[in-house]
Parts: sequence; C-alpha cells; structure tokens
Amino acid sequence: MVEAEVWQLYRDMLRSRLFEEAVTDLWEKGKISGEMHLGTGEEAIIAGVVSQLEEGDAMAVDHRGTPPFIMRGIDPVLILLEFLGHSKGLCAGKGGHMHLFSKEHLAASSGIVGSSGPAATGFALALKYQKQKKIAVAFFGEGAMNQGMMLESMNLASVWKLPVLFVCKDNDWAISTVTNNVTGGKLIDRAKSFGIEGYEVDGTDVEAVWKVVNEAISKMRNNGGPQFIHAHCVHMEGHFLGDPLLRYYRDPNMLAEVADSLKEYSGESLNEVLLLLRKIGGQLKKKFDPIVFTQKKLKADADRLKQIEEEVNKEIKQIVNKALDIGGMKND
Amino acid sequence: MTKMGFAQAIESALAYAMVEDENIIIMGEDVHTLRINLFARFGKERVKHTPISEGAFVGAAVTAAMAGLRPIVEVMLVDFIGVAMDAILNQAAKISFFSGNKWNVPLVIRTACGGGYGDAGQHEQSLWGWLAHIPGLSIVVPSNPADAGGLMLSSIYEDNPVIYFEHKLLADYLLDFIGIGGRTTVSFDVPEQGIEGEVPEKWKPIPLGKLYQMKEGNDITLVSLGVSVHRSIEAAHILGEKGISAEVLDLRCVVPLDIENIKNSVEKTGAVIVVDEDYMRFGLSGEICALLLEEGLSFKYGRVCTENTIPYSRELEDQVLPNTKRIIDEAVKILKK
Repeated sequence: MVEAEVWQLYRDMLRSRLFEEAVTDLWEKGKISGEMHLGTGEEAIIAGVVSQLEEGDAMAVDHRGTPPFIMRGIDPVLILLEFLGHSKGLCAGKGGHMHLFSKEHLAASSGIVGSSGPAATGFALALKYQKQKKIAVAFFGEGAMNQGMMLESMNLASVWKLPVLFVCKDNDWAISTVTNNVTGGKLIDRAKSFGIEGYEVDGTDVEAVWKVVNEAISKMRNNGGPQFIHAHCVHMEGHFLGDPLLRYYRDPNMLAEVADSLKEYSGESLNEVLLLLRKIGGQLKKKFDPIVFTQKKLKADADRLKQIEEEVNKEIKQIVNKALDIGGMKND
Repeated sequence: MTKMGFAQAIESALAYAMVEDENIIIMGEDVHTLRINLFARFGKERVKHTPISEGAFVGAAVTAAMAGLRPIVEVMLVDFIGVAMDAILNQAAKISFFSGNKWNVPLVIRTACGGGYGDAGQHEQSLWGWLAHIPGLSIVVPSNPADAGGLMLSSIYEDNPVIYFEHKLLADYLLDFIGIGGRTTVSFDVPEQGIEGEVPEKWKPIPLGKLYQMKEGNDITLVSLGVSVHRSIEAAHILGEKGISAEVLDLRCVVPLDIENIKNSVEKTGAVIVVDEDYMRFGLSGEICALLLEEGLSFKYGRVCTENTIPYSRELEDQVLPNTKRIIDEAVKILKK
C-alpha cells in the first residue's frame, strides 16, 4: 500500500490554515463582509481527502469551502479577491466564501446545509455515465446528516452504485446546538443501513484520515459504489468568525452579563445555557488542533518544520499583498 | 408609551402571548440561544431547539397546530425555506381549504429576511412575493418595533398559517449574529426609525391587512414594506426638496393586501412606485399594478425592486437592492412622462 506523504499533507494543511488566518485578519478589519465560516480545525480531513483526488474528480462543498478550494490547487489570489468582493475574484465578487465555484475543477459550493449530498451524487452520475472512472466527494458537517436531502442522496448513490465519497466532518455542533441533543442513533449506522460502507476516524490525525480515505477511494475507483467517512474534528472559531457563544466564552464580562440577565429565571434552563457556553470552550484545546497534532508527529525534524513554516508564511504574505494590490486596497 | 428595539418588541409580544396561552410553543434551530430569555423563562418544552431538518420540523409544526397547539416555528433565514417547501406549499396552505374550512392550522412561521450586509444571494433574499403567490398563507412584513409586536400578536391569534418576516437590518441581534460578528470595523445602512421606537404599554393586536400611511403627499404614492419603507421615507423627503410631494404607504402585510387604501392614495396622486426588496418579476410590484388596473384606475407607474440574484460584493449589492437614489430617479422619471 502507498504511504501517506505526511510532510506534504502538513504543508497543505498549514497553507490552508495560514491563508484562513490572513482571511480572519481582513475580516476583522472589515474588508471582508458578511459571515465567514472557516475550516480551521478540519484541515486534516480535507487534506486527507483532497490530496487523493485526481484530475477530473468532482467536489461538492458546504459553507466551509476555503480549505478544499485552496488544497485543490485553485489560485488563492483569486479566492482572496473573491472574499474582498472584487470583480477579478474567482466568481467575479458575486459569490463570496459560501458560494465558490470552479468549473474546470468540477468544484461547487452551497451555503444550504445538506445540499452537498445531492450535488456530489449528480456529479458522480455524470462521471459514471461518461465512463470516466472518476469520483465525486461531498463535504458536509454532522448537522447535515439530519437533512432529508443528505439521507436521500445516500440512498440514491447506493442504489445507482455511484462513486460518491460522503465525508462527514463531525465537530459535535450543529450551528449553536449540541448535535447529540438533536440526533438519534449513530451516523455510521445510517450509512450502513443504506448499504454504504463506513469508516470512523479521528479527523485530527491526517495520516489516519488519509489511510481510510485511500482504502475507500481505491474501492470506488474499481467500479465501487459510495463510501462514507465519519471524521471527528473541532472548529477552532466555532460556527463562524464572531460566534456569539465563543465571544461569551472568551469574555468573562459578557458571560457575566448574560448570566445576570437570566438570573430571575432560575432552574434547569439557565443551567443548560451556562453549560452550553462552557462546553464550547472545550473544543479550543490545542490537542484537537490538527496542525499542532501533526507538528508533534514531525517534531524530530524541527528544522524542516521551521523551514516549511517560513516558506508557507512567505507565500501567504505574497498572496495577500498581490490580492490587495490587484484590488487597489491597503492592509490597514 | 415605552421605547423598545425591533427584536425586543417581537420578544415582548411573544412573552405576553405565551403567558396567556400555554398552547403556544416555539421551535426551530438554535432557539435555545437565539431566544435565550424565552428559553430560560418558559423552559425547554415550550422553546424547543431542533436539528437542521426544516422539512421535518416545519412539517411537524403544521400537524401540531392541527392537533391544538399554536406553534411559532422558526426558519432561521427565509432562504432556507426551500428545504421546507412541501410543508408550506402543499400542507399548511391547503388544509383549511381541503377540509371544507373545518380544520384550521394556527401556525406562525417566523423567518429572517433581507440584505444589505454582504452575505450574498443565498442568505439575503426576501421571497415574500414568491410565498404570497400561494393561496392560504398570510404574509407579514413589519417595518418598526410597534408594528413588529402588534403584528406578531395578530399572527399568533390568526387561525391559519402566517409567515412573519423579520428583517436583519432591523433586528439588532440578527445583524450582530450574521453581519457584524462583534466587529467595530463594519457599518451598514440601518434605518434608525426601524430599529428602535415607541411601543404601547400593553400589547394589542394590529389587524392583518391594514396598511399605514407613513407620510402624506399629493404628487406620487410610494408603496413599500420592511426596510424599503425607510428608504422610501428618505426618498420622499429629498423629493420634497425638489418640489415633489410623495405619499409613503407601509403595507405591513403582503397578504391580506390592503388594496383599498392603495387605491385611495393612487386615485389622489395619479402616480405610484412600488418599492420592494423582493424580486421584481412576477411579484408584489406587478400584482399591485394589476389590481389597480382592475379597479379601473389610470396612473403613472414605476417600480424599484431587486431585479436579480443578490451579489456578494457590498458595492454591487448596494446597487441591486432598492435604495434612496433609485427611488428618487424613478419618481422623477415617471412624473416627467
């Protein structure tokens, strides 16, 4: 079996992370508008999958499109210009981060939860019909597993034996709701009940993700039907930048204010709310950060780690400068 | 009278109604945090957070209403209503009719709408005209706190389905949640008259289907709703400086539509512009024109609406959504004809 090239995967992940950190900076400065759903925390899942895609494979992406688009080799300058709302952006400034499209990469996004299921299924239908031996990936969160269209897609892909890789990135939160409280049974059992083989994996560990995905994709390329990956991860910035729950968690004064406003209503509801606020902080631990996790694996060669970091840092700075330059904007 | 914010008024009216009637429940995504005060006050059996399963929970709200509850079901953004359309189009809207008016569906669908903060066309639509096309639904679009509370109360008391729209530029918590995100580096064209205002000491229902005359005028009628009401008022003041006296009507409801009072105004002014944040084609603006023609009126007509998918770019977005300049230009143009 081919081994994962961990150094390359690490570089892919770091590149995505530093790009999104630059995006965060521009969002905080008000140069990027609206919501911003980052993929920080799920890079190992995306790298483990996207690194194994070939030319002609398709990708249906959810509202966290930046890491898969960056790792698929789509020009980061165009992506950043898109976020800046510029006419020279990837989608002429009309789509923004939730609606990224690249026709030549067969990569499409949507901000509607669950819609990547039918999208990947249709891509796979066309690819199979054209006898292309290519596959389609659907990226989605575990919240999307409660959308009918996602489950219907799994059934359709199963009965039509379509090469869809369903990749569920499970961070335990469906927007600001704890997924366990609104989800019955086990997700992997749902896939299995449709006759789809499933793998459960630690989505912090890029090598582990790469291995199960490699096995799944190998089967799919040999005329296999769909496969399901259930990968566990965290979101370092909650649901989106400025997530109110994280703001409360990070700012004790804000938290105190909320608790104070609720104190006239004693009882379990208040406790539940406070528990929720505490719980969101739990995912910020360093051990869940896939970048930190991989750095630890590779720490024996500290020089190489440092060199990669310097190179990627330099590249991202150039990307930001180039995008701002084309956009006629200043970084202030 | 006391002052309240737009969202605060909705919440206050909801709390008032929930104390009165135990059959009122709220359900939707994240309502335990979005409605944190109601959640803490009324508990998790009455403020129920749901999975991201609009098709299931909106559909379930329909029959829960048929079985005696008065659910207020939340579709976080109206753009997401696509996922729940069968429950609305083929179930909620038709049950009263199909049952020979023997079985009602006292359901409120509360949903956020509108653009102006750079979130692009899958999160910023209005869609009230599209929904109003379906017989059997009432469509409510308030523009200020007093109306927001009073119309919510009427929506709750209504025995058949109401879709209640809450514009994100008016509801401060929504704009912070989805547009500002705690930043101080962004600003939006938020209508001051809409986000905060006087509300009654005790909530009283404002009947559905009665428009409100925001400003009197003689030369042209601006018919509008939601945030566009405030754009129209601003335009009317500038038109006034140009010697054009504009009347501004706040529809408050798309269904029932107060065509009687639109007609009265247009009879007086002889000219009308519909200012509508929803899509232009096949919607409210064309419908108002058709109804006025059916009434036998002859008048000058224009419309300022959203003509295409809303772009992400803030600069492009501001041109696409109805704005004061577009209203003024349209008024000057049609009055010259």
